[in-house]
Amino acid sequence: MTKITFKDAAGAARTVEAQDGSTVMETAIRNAVPGIEAECGGACACATCHVYVDDAWTEIVGKPSQMEEDMLDFAFEVRPSSRLSCQIKVAPNLDGLVVTTPAKQG
Amino acid sequence: MTESIETDVAIIGAGPAGLFAVFELGLLDIKCHLIDILGKPGGQCSELYPEKPIYDIPGFPEVSAQGLVENLIKQIQPFNPVFHMGEMVERVESLGDAEHPKFRVTTDAGTEVTARCVLIAAGGGSFMPKKPPIPGIDAYEGRSVFYAVRKVEQFRGRRVTIVGGGDSALDWVLNLHPVAERITLIHRRDAFRAAPHSVNAMRELVAAGAMDFILGQVSGLKGEGGQLSALTLRKESGESVDIACDDMLPFFGLTMKLGPIADWGLNLHENLIPADTEKFETSTPGIFAIGDIITYPGKLKLILSGFHEGALAAQKIHRYVYPDKRLVFQYTTSSTSLQKKLGVG
Ligand SMILES: Cc1cc2nc3c(=O)[nH]c(=O)nc-3n(C[C@H](O)[C@H](O)[C@H](O)COP(=O)(O)OP(=O)(O)OC[C@H]3O[C@@H](n4cnc5c(N)ncnc54)[C@H](O)[C@@H]3O)c2cc1C
Ligand code: FES
Repeated sequence: MTKITFKDAAGAARTVEAQDGSTVMETAIRNAVPGIEAECGGACACATCHVYVDDAWTEIVGKPSQMEEDMLDFAFEVRPSSRLSCQIKVAPNLDGLVVTTPAKQG
Repeated sequence: MTESIETDVAIIGAGPAGLFAVFELGLLDIKCHLIDILGKPGGQCSELYPEKPIYDIPGFPEVSAQGLVENLIKQIQPFNPVFHMGEMVERVESLGDAEHPKFRVTTDAGTEVTARCVLIAAGGGSFMPKKPPIPGIDAYEGRSVFYAVRKVEQFRGRRVTIVGGGDSALDWVLNLHPVAERITLIHRRDAFRAAPHSVNAMRELVAAGAMDFILGQVSGLKGEGGQLSALTLRKESGESVDIACDDMLPFFGLTMKLGPIADWGLNLHENLIPADTEKFETSTPGIFAIGDIITYPGKLKLILSGFHEGALAAQKIHRYVYPDKRLVFQYTTSSTSLQKKLGVG
């Protein structure tokens, strides 16, 4: 099973198991990880599933698509490592992924 | 401007539940006005996932969320519902009693609807502008930080900073440019998710030196007594600069917030309205609630549940609107009187 660690803005971390083929956002919601709202349920239409991908992982996770980059305009404190977690698909190569949730989503 | 309107039912929220309720009420000769803060009907379906297919609407193996909304609007057309869009219901006041309820519903635009019954179909709450997490921003809201523009004239001669890269941000850059002393647009990147002609018009103004566009994100506000004097901008390079400004307009899209519903004297349970499953009436007689905003044992936040709830609420609302008329159950397929109302047969 692929494991993902969610850190909050204050640094507290939680590691949960993720199902391959699901998304990082769905993994957070299923495990009641705070800091991810996902108001639009993964439609890439709300930007309330914003995360910062840990430096060691940005290359493996990759860059946002055009649509996701546009939607990131509606997130706060966007950084080069910003992604919308509903657009990151869980796969075995993401085992050990670390993402941080921002101080405020919406 | 205050508009005063009398009707049978004021429906708060024009999502799928509110829209279909117009149909069920219309069959019972009950007239409706719908009020929604969004610019167009459809609630979550139109605002959050218009292009997505829905697979669990009975009788539609697949329908896009926007397609469903368009069909609902067509379906309720025979009943001529009146829409008040772009207005948020702020107050619901009781003017009657439990036997003869009557309410006055007031919006933030000053519209007053007096109605026999109120039907709350407010879903996940009002779609409201997202507030950027800039320290101390609350103190400036309403005085020099605005999330919407009601009066353009208010910005005459002011140094206005607009933050964001979507259509709202670009539209207000162009609309306020003629009145403001100086417009500054701040956006995190040099690309925009807005109509190309607006983006071009903005770029022409920048090229002509008639306004400023700066890449970066706002990290702090300076001012006194709610009046801004400057904002601190963190540039891409990490460097921070102060920009003089009188007003700031951030446009970061919408998010669902319960909003004023909490102030209407209703019982609430975890931001939801408990309703009975026979009539979908709330703790206040004459105020009904359906759709995602309600809770009861077994409640599912599904569109089809909202439809069912509206049909049942309509039966009890009929008793308030027509206390002396007996309600006869009829089918649209076979009742000539229902067909007449629908303009068919
Ligand atoms: C991504 C996604 C996918 C979904 N897929 C499905 C699916 O496949 N099948 C399904 O059955 N359901 C689905 N849903 C759920 C479905 O969209 C909701 O159940 C439905 O929209 C609820 O309808 P509603 O009319 O109760 O509320 P909403 O659609 O939330 O509409 C409520 C409206 O009320 C307005 N409002 C609230 N308060 C005020 C106020 N004070 N003044 C003015 N206006 C106000 C809001 O602005 C909003 O427009 C999905 C939801 C999402 C987010
Ligand atoms: S859940 Fe809405 S954009 Fe990701």
